[in-house]
Amino acid sequence: MTTPADWSPDNRDRADRFIAAYPERRSAVMPLLYIAAMEHGYISDDAMAEVAALTGLTAAQVQSVATFYTMYKRQNVGKYLISVCTSISCFLLGADEVLAAVESETDTPDGETSPDDLFSVEHVECIGACGGATAVQVNYELVEGVTPQKAEQLCRWLRDASPDPVLGDEMQALFGGRRSFDWGPKETEGATVPVPAWGPLGSAREAR
Amino acid sequence: MNDVILTSRMEAFPSDSNTLERYRASGGYLALADALRDMSPEDVAAEVKASNIRGRGGANFPAGVKWGFLAPSEPHYLVVNADESEPGTFKDRQLLERDPHQLVEGVALAAYALGVRHAFIYVRGEYPKPARRILRAVEEARAAGFLGDDILGSGFSLDVTVHLGAGAYICGEETALLNSLEGHRGEPRIKPPFPALEGLYASPTIVNNVETISNIPWIVANGGLAYAAVGPETSAGTRMFSLSGHVQKPGNYEIVMGMTWREFIYEVGGGIRDDNELKCWIPGGASAPWFMPDQLDTPVTIDDVAGNGSMLGSGAVVVMDETTNVVAAAHRIVKFFAHESCGQCTPCREGTTWLEAMLWRILTGSGRPMDLDMLLDVSDNISPGLRWPPAQTTICPLGPSAVSPIRSIMTHFRDEVEAMIPSQEEAPVG
Repeated sequence: MTTPADWSPDNRDRADRFIAAYPERRSAVMPLLYIAAMEHGYISDDAMAEVAALTGLTAAQVQSVATFYTMYKRQNVGKYLISVCTSISCFLLGADEVLAAVESETDTPDGETSPDDLFSVEHVECIGACGGATAVQVNYELVEGVTPQKAEQLCRWLRDASPDPVLGDEMQALFGGRRSFDWGPKETEGATVPVPAWGPLGSAREAR
Repeated sequence: MNDVILTSRMEAFPSDSNTLERYRASGGYLALADALRDMSPEDVAAEVKASNIRGRGGANFPAGVKWGFLAPSEPHYLVVNADESEPGTFKDRQLLERDPHQLVEGVALAAYALGVRHAFIYVRGEYPKPARRILRAVEEARAAGFLGDDILGSGFSLDVTVHLGAGAYICGEETALLNSLEGHRGEPRIKPPFPALEGLYASPTIVNNVETISNIPWIVANGGLAYAAVGPETSAGTRMFSLSGHVQKPGNYEIVMGMTWREFIYEVGGGIRDDNELKCWIPGGASAPWFMPDQLDTPVTIDDVAGNGSMLGSGAVVVMDETTNVVAAAHRIVKFFAHESCGQCTPCREGTTWLEAMLWRILTGSGRPMDLDMLLDVSDNISPGLRWPPAQTTICPLGPSAVSPIRSIMTHFRDEVEAMIPSQEEAPVG
């Protein structure tokens, strides 16, 4: 149960802190899978073996967990993961057309990654932004009230401006419309990789 | 009496309602300090019981009664369910982003009342920003002495772990959430035993929704009876409604329950877009049977909605106007449940998949007359009798939830479904 030697020192430290945050080691399997995804770019077989060694589980047990959740990607993911919500509320307000615009502008079909590894495109089930339909996430950072035209502009901007980190407030200002609610204060952290940008996971970065 | 409880701070101080400074400057953590100094854990639990607050996650079970089921054996755990995923629901996201300390204080008060030393906040994976906000609040509260060891010199200690999910609606079901938190697949457990007897790590556990716990500071500060006095007797308190679909003003609205649906949709929600006619609406999340315009004068209370054959559920209201293809809408909802079925129970795993396939067949012009009865037959195998509240052949209610939109369109819009099925003469041979 040691952290993989080839993980970055930051990620090894994060792994130790996650394991310490739960009464039982096994509970850390979910955050550790996110760290492994950051190390490998996706949840590879090696990644699952490493998480198994850390948690005292078998690789098969880790695989059973990793394959249960949609956000653990088992294949390479592009620099920008574009997720278009097509559940009921977004569907009622034209989400299918937004998805089609994203597929067309990125030349990447739903569920696939562009050959240059710049974009991955997916439709997703409800992401809790129904008052701001159609809702889109880029590397899990949210933009609400997206139209097909704005979606095309968003894709072009990702290609041309290469934002790093991806900031929800910035995307909302440039390409968003109606929001589910007033977002309140400016959010200064965003995503640097297609893994949820959440403090302990280390993928969040302050605004440029 | 305040009309608004949960959203008052974010309304008054939109630029910094999420910070510890603003929370304390507007009375935050005083309820915790007072409770730790002057009240026993039993006193706090008694206030919550007296408030009559019913759980805001979807089941609407009285929170104080749920707390009363907690078995005495130690340790106890408290888990906040922030895995908000019911299509149409986005209220907890606002509470997490805009007033996270209100939740943290609620966690501390609930943990004190329940004898909990370690609490968990399970945030869905698609909510990194809300997770960042709640984590910052936990860290600020710990640094300020409102969490951690010997809180405010009371001898009460509490550790809080924020956990991030990874994309699975079913983890909003409380026993699936506990399995997920333990590092297993997020598959629901057979109940009983209920979590209050055997929950996280097989220890007595209370799982409460974000909105439920966010109300606790107000309840403790003002007294349970004051909370119970807000709104109708059996739907006490304010409630966060998420309004979406074909309305002029979608959004979250914190309202006192008891107004009519007509008032809610046409006054609060500004009416239907483009002055269109209302066709139907979902009163409580994708799992709920649909309401028709002749139910507009039904009061928006938990019991009135249940008495009219649906449920207030998670407070997610999805409005559909006259232009809506209801078969396409039902298909989209059934597709959701087919995708989110955990796969444990055959009727749900196979049934939701076949329901989706049949609806797609009908939508794309390849439906057969026999599909109408088959839709109902498959539904009946998931939820025998197709009655309300639903019976189930499954461990959890996800399967029966997929039956709600089928029942709704076959009851109210059967003619529209039939019209999409080619007549036998036109049907291609072979």
